[in-house]
Amino acid sequence: MTEPLLSVRDLSVTFPTRQGSFQAVRGISFDLGRERLGVVGESGSGKSMTGRAILGLVRPPGQVQASALTLQGQSILNLPDRQMRKIRGGRISMVMQDPKFSLNPVMTVGQQIIEAYRLHASAPRDQARQKALEMLEAVQIRDPERVMNAYPHEVSGGMGQRIMIAMMLAPDPQILIADEPTSALDVSVRTEVLNIMDRLVRDRGMGLIFISHDLNLVAQFCDRVLIMYAGRIVETLPARDLHQARHPYTRGLLDSLPRLDAPVDRLPVLQRQDSWRDADLLAPHADTDLPGGL
Amino acid sequence: MLTIRDLDVWFGHVPDRVDAVRQATFTVQQGESFGLVGESGSGKSTILRAIAGLIPTWSGRIEVDGRVLDRDRRDRAFFKTVQMVFQDPYASLHPRHSVDAVLAETLRLQGMDRIDQRIVRLLDDVGLGQGFRFRYPHQLSGGQRQRVAIARALAAEPRVLLLDEPTSALDVSVQAEILNLLADLRAEHGLTYLMVSHDLAVVGHMCDRLAVMQQGRIVEVMEVGDLRRGAGRADYTRHLIDASGGYRREA
Repeated sequence: MTEPLLSVRDLSVTFPTRQGSFQAVRGISFDLGRERLGVVGESGSGKSMTGRAILGLVRPPGQVQASALTLQGQSILNLPDRQMRKIRGGRISMVMQDPKFSLNPVMTVGQQIIEAYRLHASAPRDQARQKALEMLEAVQIRDPERVMNAYPHEVSGGMGQRIMIAMMLAPDPQILIADEPTSALDVSVRTEVLNIMDRLVRDRGMGLIFISHDLNLVAQFCDRVLIMYAGRIVETLPARDLHQARHPYTRGLLDSLPRLDAPVDRLPVLQRQDSWRDADLLAPHADTDLPGGL
Repeated sequence: MLTIRDLDVWFGHVPDRVDAVRQATFTVQQGESFGLVGESGSGKSTILRAIAGLIPTWSGRIEVDGRVLDRDRRDRAFFKTVQMVFQDPYASLHPRHSVDAVLAETLRLQGMDRIDQRIVRLLDDVGLGQGFRFRYPHQLSGGQRQRVAIARALAAEPRVLLLDEPTSALDVSVQAEILNLLADLRAEHGLTYLMVSHDLAVVGHMCDRLAVMQQGRIVEVMEVGDLRRGAGRADYTRHLIDASGGYRREA
């Protein structure tokens, strides 16, 4: 087995509240290889918080604890800000849900990509500009010269998301964390954005953490899936086997989806059980087994 | 129950005028559930808002229960017939009004009597117990908020509900609960639904017929059975069905 890109052991994220401390993520462990790893769960299951914790984006008073959080053997747990900034964006990048809120509205697209790139690559301006154009072409933007000079409000949602991906990938990160990258997009644009990410994983050997609430999409797009419930990983499976999931929570989520090919009068409703909160994993160690990558 | 003919809706003035809906024509029968699907910007929500009287810039003919609607005025009888449920339950409830206040105000505005008993009934109807009556929106989950929004729409005892993406802000597990609730309410109260969604599976589950929209135009009105078989007449319909079938890795 090759060394994983990212290794997470007993990660937890805690927030103090007036009613005592609240654990958003409760001791999860997993490894990421050069693969597309899906993380699914309902809102509040801790999937986004896991992504933020890896990037060191949990703000005080929130606390991140883990017995190990390593990027290719190097510990990145609670690094000082100065060191974390070198990793964030440079070696691990993140694409957020809505490009409207994650692009700077008063800078042109080109300025933003160039700035992001030069922070990590310390390249001269004209070289950075060339790189930005290449990146925009890599994400299938047809007229990169024009888009470079456009402001974010002048581009569509799908194009905005492609620009985000271009910006995040310019420094050539080893890991991309994509938090609901296609939820704000129409289905036809969605396919394009997914194709781009897919190609980048295959061509560059990048590790992708794909956070989503859409089970069907994850089953079709990813290699492996972690299912989170109440801050824990309750089940982990190869994505192609998602529809044979055994955990009642995963089954419940799958069954509650209406389907065009299988009409029903009433949709089955998920019956939550308290035991899911703390039950053991269905298969021990399954969460840290690498599938062998791509 | 609902007849739309040659509906045009636009925003702004020439030369910047945007034609959001062009020549939309369809009818919804009494007791039917009719879906509007399409990508964002196709004009599906705009049709709903024009019917509800939230957009004054339209032309054409909108007929509800045999009565032709004015361009920008809606009388009390209209709101007793037609009510709307919005997409985002986090935005559509007043954060400082309790569930009780929201429902009581609506009932008073509709000129209802026995308000106390009606609130109890409404909460039961949408599957929220009396324990929720004096809560504020921040004490409710997304699904519970959407139930309150549905209760508010039902307060007028309407016959038509306009549903604008009623479950797209909710988790799939909660979506199933709300869709079941809407189906039950339709059966119990004999309601007519006009439902907007970008999710073909949701429309396939809830509706009898649907209109597919693209860039402001209705490209096709079809039976839900045809949708299930993927038998769209228009190219765009087949494209939409295909794309919503999920992701297929390129070769």
